Amino acid sequence: MGEQKGLTIQGNMATALGAKLSRPDVIPAYPITPSTLFPEKISEYIADGELDASMIRVESEHSAMSACIGASAVGARTCTASASQGIALMHEMLFIAAGMRLPIVMAVGNRAMSAPINIWADHQDTMASRDSGWMQFYAEKNQEGLDLMILAFRIAEDERVLLPAMVGIDGFVLTHTVEGVQAPAQEDVDEFLPPYDPPHGKLDPEEPMTFGSLGTPEYYQELKYDQTKAMDNTPEIIDEIFDEFEEKFGRNYNRITPYRCEDADIILLTMGSMTGTARAAVDEMREEGEKVGLAKLTVFRPFPSDLLKEIAGDVHGLAVVDRNISPGFGGAVFAECAGAFINEKKSPLMKNFIVGLGGREIFKKNFREMYEKTKKAVETGKVEKPVEWINMDEDVMR
Amino acid sequence: MEKKEEKREVEMISAKEIRDKYLRHDMMPHIFCTGCGIGNVLDYTLWALEKEGLDMDKTVFLSGIGCSSRLPGYIDVDSLHTTHGRALAFATGVKITNPELNVIVFTGDGDCMGIGGNHFIHACRRNIDITVIAVNNYIYGMTGGQVAPTTPEGDYATTAPYGNLEPAFDMSEMAISSGATYVARWGVKRPNQPINSIQEALQNKGMSFVEMMSPCTTAYSRQNRMGSIEEFWDWYDNKTILAEDHERIKQYGSEEEKEELKDKIKVGVLHKEEKKSLSERIQELIEEVQV
Repeated sequence: MGEQKGLTIQGNMATALGAKLSRPDVIPAYPITPSTLFPEKISEYIADGELDASMIRVESEHSAMSACIGASAVGARTCTASASQGIALMHEMLFIAAGMRLPIVMAVGNRAMSAPINIWADHQDTMASRDSGWMQFYAEKNQEGLDLMILAFRIAEDERVLLPAMVGIDGFVLTHTVEGVQAPAQEDVDEFLPPYDPPHGKLDPEEPMTFGSLGTPEYYQELKYDQTKAMDNTPEIIDEIFDEFEEKFGRNYNRITPYRCEDADIILLTMGSMTGTARAAVDEMREEGEKVGLAKLTVFRPFPSDLLKEIAGDVHGLAVVDRNISPGFGGAVFAECAGAFINEKKSPLMKNFIVGLGGREIFKKNFREMYEKTKKAVETGKVEKPVEWINMDEDVMR
Repeated sequence: MEKKEEKREVEMISAKEIRDKYLRHDMMPHIFCTGCGIGNVLDYTLWALEKEGLDMDKTVFLSGIGCSSRLPGYIDVDSLHTTHGRALAFATGVKITNPELNVIVFTGDGDCMGIGGNHFIHACRRNIDITVIAVNNYIYGMTGGQVAPTTPEGDYATTAPYGNLEPAFDMSEMAISSGATYVARWGVKRPNQPINSIQEALQNKGMSFVEMMSPCTTAYSRQNRMGSIEEFWDWYDNKTILAEDHERIKQYGSEEEKEELKDKIKVGVLHKEEKKSLSERIQELIEEVQV
């Protein structure tokens, strides 16, 4: 096994490196803050002869995902990068990529949605594509961004899966922040991720076939059932591939990773870069004797209900921290967590906290506040306000 | 005669008065880089508004995404700041709903000709009565200098580190061939011609397109070695030729002069025609079918 190389790079460079190590054939991309550095770096790799691939400089994100679908249907390993409005513009194509069972991988610099225009970290963009049929992975740090890109290709292309995947790194907090990463050796990645060979056909003049033609009411529902079943089967496959990755590269990934949860009364559930701050807050509170744990969500789709119930099934309170909002309900992760416990006799009291929208800072004290609020609900046995917004301008909250 | 008097009146107003009258001072400082021409485009637009005496209470500015699209935010007037490339579609909605409004769109080459290219050609085709001021800097400037559909072949960009392989769009030619009824192009270095063109564009009842070639000193100049800011600004004099001169050389010029033409960009009022705007056609139809 080759030696891993220590590098100090920005998040976008980490996802671009993860993509490069995965040897994609075609990368159609369109610039959008904060993910633009990804296609820039890929252009550089190609121009410098470090990556043998074609880059298509398309005229919009809609065209980017369309070109991805075309390339992937021909049998190319295909990836792109985008964010926010770019993903919204791709929306129609996301469903088509998933429906055609094309294992496209997208690196996302998670960013808020307009209006008002905002370029900073927020999970609203990918949450809005929750039902498109893509797998969704979220990174806490740049290393995870790099690794998850390689993992995403491997999982997406598995014959039992064949679904597209997006890897989210938080805008600016990760995309533009320099961190140390370990880069796997190319030969090891090559071993872990063999060349993509579509197992069920591709666009080939020798064996003509059609993708995406009319699915009448006689067939459509069964096709959607099959597609959904593929997604339902992925948790086991993801676990298996995560294990194999750990064995090979020494880094451990889980769909949900518990931290100090063994004897916890209350668990904070986080996703993305906020997890680091939450972990520091949990350590502080533990020192003060509070029985608090942390669960980090790495795979949002398929949602790991099974693991969540294992980790949080016996605790008194679960504080779900959402960096997105579904107006009219609450956070999207909160909805999933609540859904996970449906029909369970025992379930923790759940509070939802909306934080960090449009790049609003999330501090340790905010996690302490969330913990205190959840603790109060547990003590009184009542959740007066299921959804609360944290770190707000007090004048607005009056 | 009347017109002349109006003009004199305008000349008496100072640049400070223009700024005080039209700008939102709490939005300053602006985001533009040293040597950028977008501030000048705004300045020329404000002078044209003043000359034309446009009622600001009946004027709406729209923009998409990009450096140039920041402009409406600096002007003390109603505005819609929309999504990348879509300002013209939003503007069509505004103008059709209330034809009395003066609708002005600021856009850029990436916004207008790249991601918004479809809306652009259809707005021209409909000859909708709006004024489009497009800042062309040949690159995606705000995101840091990626290749755009207007980037000249061979030029460098962060996504074309060994030169752009694709041919470029000529925005003004595209506007003309798609049906716009007033089309002008100017370099940003000299104020008078653009001010006059923007004023004529505001007067034109139909789709007016003013392309302002403007330097991106940060993203374009750095990668394409355009030299100092002064040299880059001079480029807009050296590289351009008046449409009238262009036509004259094409007809009567020497072989040498004709050879030089190949490297020049035509500036001036490139197209002017009388054609009914979409709003007028709608109004006529309403009158025709009314009982």
